[in-house]
Amino acid sequence: MNHEPNEQGYWGEYGGRFVPETLVAPLDELTTAYFSYRDDPAFQAELSDLLKNYSGRPTPLYFARRLTESLGGARIYLKREDLNHTGAHKINNCLGQILLARRMGKKRIIAETGAGQHGVATATVCALFGLECVVYMGTEDMRRQELNVFRMRLLGAEVRGVDSGSRTLKDAINEALRDWVTNVDTTYYLLGSALGPHPYPLMVRDFQSVIGREAREQIIEHEGRLPDTLVACVGGGSNSIGLFHPFLNDEVRMIGVEAGGRGKEVGDHAARFMNGGSTGVLQGTRSYILQDEHGQIVATHSVSAGLDYASIGPEHADLHDTNRVEYVSSDDVEALAAFKLLSETEGIIPALESSHAVAYAARIAPEMTRDSIMIVNLSGRGDKDVNQVQGLSKMHG
Amino acid sequence: MNRIERQFKLLREGRRKGFIPFVTAGDPDLASSLEVCLKLADLGADVIELGVPFSDPMADGPTIQRSSQRALENGVTLPDVLHLAADFRRRSEVPVVLFSYFNPIMRMGCDRFAKSARDAGVDGLLLTDVIDSEAAAISRKLAQNDLDLISLVAPTSTNERLSAIAKNARGFVYAVSRAGVTGTQGRVSDEAKKLVVRMREFTELPIAVGFGISTAEQIRDVWRFADAAVVGSAIVSQIERHPNEAVDAVGQFVRGLLPRFANQGAET
Repeated sequence: MNHEPNEQGYWGEYGGRFVPETLVAPLDELTTAYFSYRDDPAFQAELSDLLKNYSGRPTPLYFARRLTESLGGARIYLKREDLNHTGAHKINNCLGQILLARRMGKKRIIAETGAGQHGVATATVCALFGLECVVYMGTEDMRRQELNVFRMRLLGAEVRGVDSGSRTLKDAINEALRDWVTNVDTTYYLLGSALGPHPYPLMVRDFQSVIGREAREQIIEHEGRLPDTLVACVGGGSNSIGLFHPFLNDEVRMIGVEAGGRGKEVGDHAARFMNGGSTGVLQGTRSYILQDEHGQIVATHSVSAGLDYASIGPEHADLHDTNRVEYVSSDDVEALAAFKLLSETEGIIPALESSHAVAYAARIAPEMTRDSIMIVNLSGRGDKDVNQVQGLSKMHG
Repeated sequence: MNRIERQFKLLREGRRKGFIPFVTAGDPDLASSLEVCLKLADLGADVIELGVPFSDPMADGPTIQRSSQRALENGVTLPDVLHLAADFRRRSEVPVVLFSYFNPIMRMGCDRFAKSARDAGVDGLLLTDVIDSEAAAISRKLAQNDLDLISLVAPTSTNERLSAIAKNARGFVYAVSRAGVTGTQGRVSDEAKKLVVRMREFTELPIAVGFGISTAEQIRDVWRFADAAVVGSAIVSQIERHPNEAVDAVGQFVRGLLPRFANQGAET
């Protein structure tokens, strides 16, 4: 079982390609290019070199002693994706795709961003290779993640604010797709999550699977065995699928944590497997989406911009339906508490996205035996969120 | 023979070319949309494209995005659009093609949609985000109900794709004039003509050209090499500017577009 999609990019009934006809040719071109380099030793060697010497991989698998002791249950390890260059797992995918874009002869790179981490990572790899970079970002997210907007501009990228819809990640993706459909000949769309039309969900998963491959080796080194449980947050789903994928054939429990937002009502959360989520088609792929009874996409809410999205990667939808991965949620309040908890017990400030995973780990660890092992994916660091959390603390005293 | 086939046959026999206006259903409101469609029919529209509003119109430019948003703010749903089509059908025989993203249709269910659309007197469906390889199921349901799934082709489509698309195409073929989203532009690209010429190799069906067509001159350009011209954003923009006099504004604009509408029936 390799968990490969079929030729049309489907995992079970999820995935595929739901795009305007104009994008079929560039997607075919991308698929051909990707499959020709996927197992190409020169391509993989160049990527490995960049991951190691530019981004600082392998990232540590760190035993969180004080967090473990304070919760009094499972031994908790943190996969330190926050220690990557640019501060999150997003760079893994960007380095892979930028090498592909270069080999395809593309000079102009576009991307969407939610929390700004993918935008920063894209701006970074474009600076590294001297390529033009345009990043689309919802104006609501620009407000929440002002620092990342500044970082992208510092790196030479043009950040274009998107004022339509909810002014968040979903709207940024719409705008990036409109740009791509207009500039197909010159432009490479560097999509940041395991989403969108085939081959993106597969390609992004492959580039992010370095997380799980390393974690698997590292935990065997530390503990001499595989972990019992993996926990990761799920927005579009790239850090989680990256951690999970190399363990799918193992007897390991896997938990994806969605954003529970401020309540269970439709519109108050971004949990696609919760109230309001059902099968649909959005932004190129068939998956679970948050929609109303007439098929309109509903508003989502999360304290974390990176999880504030109405759809989820198609491979996750399949892993959900086949019960291979459990999907749960942490809400805003729990995530903020976990943000504080990890800062105080370990001296590590997690991204608000990753805080959702930490929150769920903190909920279940005490119920697990002291010899059980849990790996939590710390997908990013929280520097970008400090201002926002400061604002929220003032509001709530 | 369905209405679309009959209309293009009439055009061919009269040695005339077609005019296909687009309006978003429910912008500024459903009653006005009905009146606008009837006006367009009076002025000689050969097919009316009725846009189903969607929250995430990724293939549309700003004009149709805003129009779709206004319709959604009015609470317009797919059942409302079907009612509008049915009201129109009671008063006109001009063919109606719904122009939609897939999700609202999928949510209603392809089977239920196809039956309701047939009952409403709709003649075809055009899906902006469904390509041939994903279209098998919906295409079958539509065909069972004598509705045409209108295929889109684009300048980036390879000949191999054009040939595959032609095999399942029904009604007419919608050729996208250029890479890009909907919206007006200065002139009709050479790409559009090249695309139509390439597509002719694979199909006998009429070919309509759309995306970016907003002036009388552009329509005449399109008519030199294709069977019909689609005008969308330019009409929607009239409705946006004159929400309270939408019928008059659209009427005046369309009369200005084409001399033949000023004196009905005359040849161009």
